[in-house]
Order: sequence, then C-alpha cells, then structure tokens
Amino acid sequence: MIEIEKVVYEYKSNDKQVTALDEVSLQINEGEFVVVIGHNGSGKSTLAKHMNALLIPTSGDVKVKGLNTREEALVWDIRQIAGMVFQNPDNQIVATIVEEDVAFGPENMGVPSEEILKRVNESLKIVDMEEYRNKGPHLLSGGQKQRIAIAGVIAMRPTCIIFDEPTAMLDPSGRREVINTIKKLNKEEGITIIHITHFMEEAVDADRVIVMEDGKIVSQGTPREVFSRVDELKTLGLDVPQVTELAHQLIKEGIEMPKDILTVDEMVMKLCQLK
Amino acid sequence: MPIKIENLTYIYNPRSPFESRALDDVSLEINDGEFIGLIGHTGSGKSTLTQQLNGLLKPTSGRIIINGADITDKSVKLAEVRKKVGLVFQYPEHQLFEETIYKDIAFGPINQGLSEAEVEERVREAMALVMLPFDELKDRSPFELSGGQRRRVAIAGVLAMRPEILILDEPTAGLDPKGRDEILEQIKTLHQQAKNTVILVSHSMEDIARLVDRIIVMHRGKVALTGTAREVFKEVEKLESIGLGIPQITYLMKKLKEYDIHLREDILTIEEARDEIMKWIRSKKNA
Repeated sequence: MIEIEKVVYEYKSNDKQVTALDEVSLQINEGEFVVVIGHNGSGKSTLAKHMNALLIPTSGDVKVKGLNTREEALVWDIRQIAGMVFQNPDNQIVATIVEEDVAFGPENMGVPSEEILKRVNESLKIVDMEEYRNKGPHLLSGGQKQRIAIAGVIAMRPTCIIFDEPTAMLDPSGRREVINTIKKLNKEEGITIIHITHFMEEAVDADRVIVMEDGKIVSQGTPREVFSRVDELKTLGLDVPQVTELAHQLIKEGIEMPKDILTVDEMVMKLCQLK
Repeated sequence: MPIKIENLTYIYNPRSPFESRALDDVSLEINDGEFIGLIGHTGSGKSTLTQQLNGLLKPTSGRIIINGADITDKSVKLAEVRKKVGLVFQYPEHQLFEETIYKDIAFGPINQGLSEAEVEERVREAMALVMLPFDELKDRSPFELSGGQRRRVAIAGVLAMRPEILILDEPTAGLDPKGRDEILEQIKTLHQQAKNTVILVSHSMEDIARLVDRIIVMHRGKVALTGTAREVFKEVEKLESIGLGIPQITYLMKKLKEYDIHLREDILTIEEARDEIMKWIRSKKNA
C-alpha cells in the first residue's frame, strides 16, 4: 500500500540543519491498522506528511500504491488514495453546513452531483452523523466536528487514511467517538489506517505499533511486543497502559506473570489464577 | 488565598432562544494553599467557573469572595483581581504575541509597574520553573519553538505574575507524556514551595489522582461530587453516569472484587496497587 524507502527529510531552522527523518524505511500493507507513537519532535508527523505528498523527501522515495510522491503530476491522485485528518477540527472545516463540508472534496474532484449526494449520505452514515447533515458545524462538539472531517475524507473514497493526532484536542468522550469511528473504518470498510497518537490506550487494538525517536524507527511490532518493553518505552519518555506497568512491577517482585498484559480484564484473569 | 463562592449562577445569552444555564447555584469553598482538581465533561461548566474566578465573566447572580473581597462587586478593580488570580487558558500558546520570549513573559510584570531588575528576576524565575534555559532562549522568537516549548513560554508568562491563585485549564492537552509529566511536576513543586492555591482542570484522571488534595466534579452547571481522590474515585457508577471515568488502576481493583479478590478499592497509583497485590499474595502463601 505505502512503501517508504530510505527516506531522509532535512530542513533549516536558525541556520541549523535539522534531520527530521533519518533513513526511514517502512512498508504499510493494505488493510493494516498501524499506530505510530513517539514524543514531540520524534518525526512521526513528518513521516505522516510524507505519506500523502504534503512533504517530499530530501532523499529516498515514498510510493503510494506504486505512485512516487516525487512526481508532481501524481500529487492529486496520491491524495485521493491517501486522505489525511489533522489535530484541530476547527482548521479542517470549510463550509457552513455539515453536508456541504462533506461534499467539498468530491466536488473539487469533479464528481457528478448525483454521485456526490450518494457519497455524502454514505460518509455521514459511516461516521454516524446523518442527523446533523443540515446543521452548522460550529454547533457541534469537538468529537462530532472531527467525525465530520473524517466523513469529508471518506467521501473522496480513499483506500488509506492518515490520522495525525486526531484526538489530541478532544475530551474523553470525543476521543472515544473518534477512535470507534477509526476502528470501524478499518474493520468494516477495509480502509488502511495510519494513526499517530500520544494516547497509548489507542494503540492497544492496532495490528502494528511503530515507535519513533530522533527521526528513526526504534521499535515496532504488535502492541503486545512493543508495550512489554516497559523500561525501553519509559526511557523514550512514553507511557504504557497502567496495567502493563503493574504487570512489569509485579514481575520485578518475583511474581510469575506475562509481561504483555494490556487490559484490565487480562490482569484480572491472571490474578485469579493466583488465587 | 481562600476562595468562597456563594450561590453562583451564570446564564449564557439570557432571554434568547439560545439561553443556557452554565452554572446553576454553585456554592463552594476552596482553602488557602489547596491543590484542587476540577473535572467534568465538556459543557459541565468547569471552564465557565474558572473564567468567573478572575473576573473574565461576571455572574448572573451570586458572589465570589477572594481573600475577603467580593470580586463581583462593581467597585472592584479587575486588574487587582488578576494580579492575584493567574489563569492559564487552554492552548495558551495561541496567545503569544511578542518578538522575543523575554518580552512575552515580561509583559505581565511590566504592566504591574515593576522595575527592570525586578522584571528580569521574575522572567528568570518563571523560565526556570517551566524548565526553559534563560540565556539560550530569552532573545529568540517564541514562534520558532516547538509546540511544547511555546506552551511553556505561555505558562511562564502567567507564573511571572506570581499569582497567589493559579488556575490551569488543561495545561497539558496535546503534549506528549514526557512534556506532560514535566509540566505537572513543576506545578506541583511550585505549589509545595510557594504554598499557592492551585486549580487544575484536566481530563486525565491518572494525573488528577496523583496530584491533587481535593477533587471537584462538575456536572450540568452544578457540583456533583467533591472530596479527596480516594473518596471521589470510589463513586465509579456515579462518575460513569456523568460521562467520566476513573484511573485504569483504580478500575482494576474494583473489578477484582467481582472475582472475589477483596483488596483495598481506594487505590490511586500503580505503586499502591503493586504493594496491595503483593501483600495479598504473601498472605496466601502463609495461609
């Protein structure tokens, strides 16, 4: 789906050369749900912006379904395949009525109006916002606005969506709404998901977790593999779920316990066996 | 500095179709030097409440008495109130405006009429508190910094006023775990040293659990619950019914009870949970 080959991205800040990505290679498979974690400045957003040609590598190549992001003529095709949702919902909404906002993308692609209507209906249904179609976006909550932004991307019929910290500005219920929508897009619509986040609990259900540090991929694997390396993540300034850390501490106390516990229920079951 | 809130009501857009009661007859007392965690889901009235406390919004009815003076009184100079009550908004970095970091942080102290030497002392102190290196950054533009660093500059601008009451509305939203922990640790240290009153608005129950003396839970413009973290987080059903959660670790201890493992339920941190579980395992072995 997306092939990233030895990508280097450099830019200048205060006359200093900064290497934001340092020879990153990565392959994202069709239908995969990938979560990228790493602290601020680790390069995860820069990496995401390479996946739909918002940034072009200083060296190396990014190919989206075989299309190289270097070729300017392909940029619009690439962005139709790989859509992107950003952090701040207020920056992504362009129209004064929800359905017009969702229609904005397909309209610009020159999709015929009957087809647009069909896509708007479908998209609003997927994000569960049909009843708000005639409302003004300013009346919606953060989570709802973010779901409208997602609907706007789905209306372009992408095969892949990149989420750049879509939950960072939301409250817990807004976060839950958006996360559930993302999971649904992956499971039911088969859309490939790349999700960048600071919230480790959002990574628990991913197929693969990628950890970035200093412009490099320093660790990757299933959530169980990655989160079981508690000490390593802590040195990188990252969190693990509280129960995973508890398991880690109990192991240090000499208790026999798997180190890849991720949820409360798993921990309860383990402790019951000790009863 | 103690705060006393009496029968505070605030109505947005009164007498219009959009009328909404954001605060509904709220009465509260906050003691001098208390560290308060203010929680509630979006729309519960917590931000409205914080904006009343430094006079940004005037109540529809009711009184707010800070250190004996009613700040809702017409004769009160709001500039005086704001010297004492520092409010850090959500995403405060959006409000940076000066050419250099020094000037931005110095803005408040200069307006307080402090001498140049005093202003510099305040800026140094505030930058140290948020862990920004003074010499390296003072002449740089705040707009060259990363988001996390800009947030620190904005918080430093409020700390430079040495407010006796410090209100922070989700100061770590959008920061990575390390940045979040650093800022919260500094706020805690400042609180311990300066003995100021702190009101922290947060959605993170884990952070609230390990930092605050007392929690105030807002729901539909009213105080739904107040007490220590141990007391408040025991009320899982009530919290869940108003759209809030409890720390994962506290939830684990409750869940164990359903499986007939009876341990302390008022656990707030991983370390407490570990010790409690170890005690239980050892008692099993000895039995």
